Amino acid sequence: MWIDRVVELVPRVRLVAIKNVSLAEEHLHDHFPAHPGPPPRPAVPVMPASLIIEGLAQSGGVLVGHAYDFRHKVILAKINRVELSREATPGSTLRYTAHAERLDEQGGAVRLGVELLDHAGPDPAFETIGSAELMFSHLDQNMGAAGQAGVDFPAHNFVFGEQFKTLLRSSGIAVPGE
Amino acid sequence: MTHDEIFGKVRTVLVDALAVDEDEVTPTASLRRDLGAESIDFLDIVFKLEQAFSFKIAQGELFPENVAQDPKYVKDGRVTPEGLAALRARLPHVDFAGFESEPMLSRVADVFTVETLVRFVEKKLAAA
Repeated sequence: MWIDRVVELVPRVRLVAIKNVSLAEEHLHDHFPAHPGPPPRPAVPVMPASLIIEGLAQSGGVLVGHAYDFRHKVILAKINRVELSREATPGSTLRYTAHAERLDEQGGAVRLGVELLDHAGPDPAFETIGSAELMFSHLDQNMGAAGQAGVDFPAHNFVFGEQFKTLLRSSGIAVPGE
Repeated sequence: MTHDEIFGKVRTVLVDALAVDEDEVTPTASLRRDLGAESIDFLDIVFKLEQAFSFKIAQGELFPENVAQDPKYVKDGRVTPEGLAALRARLPHVDFAGFESEPMLSRVADVFTVETLVRFVEKKLAAA
């Protein structure tokens, strides 16, 4: 999972999630952009922007999925726009806030903000470092047997699997069927 | 709202949704063939038109759905006369004149042009 906990959920409206960036994560051992300069840049591990986008997608995906009690197979269908102005390094906390712009049986459009808390700063506080607009599609509605492409999918909801359920439970959000 | 004002707002929607240049968005440009729209883009366009014009668009109101799955409407990859009649009835804003001579299912998306969207918005605003 690329979010650690959902800290706020207003159904169909807003979801806030946090992600702690830890040096224990393997991806940081493989991602340390550096160049000789000028100015020289030392090899400091940095969380790849693509994984921040995945965290945004999971935040928005839970908001969209929750709106229909996780009945639909919610997939990230389109990244309309993403802007990130600062890198996330180990020891910092990312906060993703997702706002539902539109939700219906076909899917949803979600606007998100990204904030960073640098615990090492002199006066630690969340600072806005980015924003995004993502689109989610209910795969079963848009490409299933009754949909446009006539493609069949497994009946069970393979999108919201065990890891998502663990996240929901640890965040105090009811898991459907439990 | 005038035709030109509607066209201007539709153009802004398409520039945003499809990442195309303003001058590519001409009235006759086909959303798929000329502007590169893929399936999810059609849903995005619906969302953005709703925001731009402050109205709701029902599923299947602007773009067709559930036509390809009905054997009455499609046979051997071609849209049948019944299918064409159904499309015309459901989508009065679409000009199917050029489609009739070769009604291949694969060409349905090509009939949706920028002008189709402008016409759709005009009808929606007039009915409001």
